[in-house]
Amino acid sequence: MTDASINASTATARADEAGFGDYFALLKPRVMSLVVFTALVGLLAAPVPVHPFVGFCAILFIAIGGGASGALNMWWDADIDRVMKRTKSRPIPSGKVEEGEALAVGLALSGLSVIMLGLATNWFAGAFLAFTIFFYVVVYTMWLKRSTPQNIVIGGAAGAFPPVIGWVAATGSMSVEPWLMFALTFMWTPPHFWALALFMRSDYDDAGVPMLTVTHGRRATRVHILVYTALLALLAVGTAFSGIGGPIYLTVALVLNILFLRGAWKISRRTEDDSEADNFKVERGFFKLSLLYLFLHFGAVLAEALLKPYGLGGWS
Amino acid sequence: MSLRKGHELHQRRFSRNLGVGLTLAAFIVIIFGLTIVKVSGTDFNRATQEVQN
Repeated sequence: MTDASINASTATARADEAGFGDYFALLKPRVMSLVVFTALVGLLAAPVPVHPFVGFCAILFIAIGGGASGALNMWWDADIDRVMKRTKSRPIPSGKVEEGEALAVGLALSGLSVIMLGLATNWFAGAFLAFTIFFYVVVYTMWLKRSTPQNIVIGGAAGAFPPVIGWVAATGSMSVEPWLMFALTFMWTPPHFWALALFMRSDYDDAGVPMLTVTHGRRATRVHILVYTALLALLAVGTAFSGIGGPIYLTVALVLNILFLRGAWKISRRTEDDSEADNFKVERGFFKLSLLYLFLHFGAVLAEALLKPYGLGGWS
Repeated sequence: MSLRKGHELHQRRFSRNLGVGLTLAAFIVIIFGLTIVKVSGTDFNRATQEVQN
């Protein structure tokens, strides 16, 4: 081997070497931000006050647990991530991080987050976090994602657990309110992802992931979006009359659900030619609205909870 | 063989090592903070009094 070849291989290694940011990217920071926000709302909406530092630690460890499951998901799905445009630049497909490293990071952070959440709050919350990681990695990623077109529906449950964990971390017990927050995210996930699948179609087709658009066709997907959005609207508005609802939440829910239903209705009426003609403008708009939809619903729950000590939140 | 301080490897992995170092430091702060909160909490004080009585 000549000096020139050694220098060349070193330069290649330098360019490919993972930095701290690449390992952090394994934790899917954008998904983690949703986990942090919904878990925080679950924690603060609970009727039991939590010491601010314990609350901070609870949210941090729930976020790390969510991130760990993201790393395990990237480890298992490395093969399809290499095919899809949307995921090609992730740390494993881009060659920055080895698959085994992602597995090690995922397992280590899973154990750490569960134990630390249990110690910081209570073991019910710790166990719930462990179950969530198991559900996302084993039930969704390993089993359902590649075997059923209902993958998004069932997998959505994993993303819906954080507010329940936040609530349990504060109270150490369960009640109906956190499950309403769970149901909100659970019912929101399918229309959100199916809209994405409509305008990112080649991605899922190429990867062989049985999305509804691939197995049942795009017309059926459009109808599914409308049905799920209608059910979601009933649930979202109904939640206004529960212990976590109130006039602020009701106003937000009414406005957003009318807009969301309108978008879903438009999607259901459109043909593929209509969508191709304007480059999926309505579908893209619906997808963007769905992000705002979830954020504002949880924001309204948070507002009701924060105003309660001043006699303003809720119906009383 | 001793590692030289200015080895190219150290420069190349500086960001990774700094990240790990800061993460570990943050973890220590969290453990310390949690210990203080738990020890000064009412539950802990009540349990200590029960043991003393």
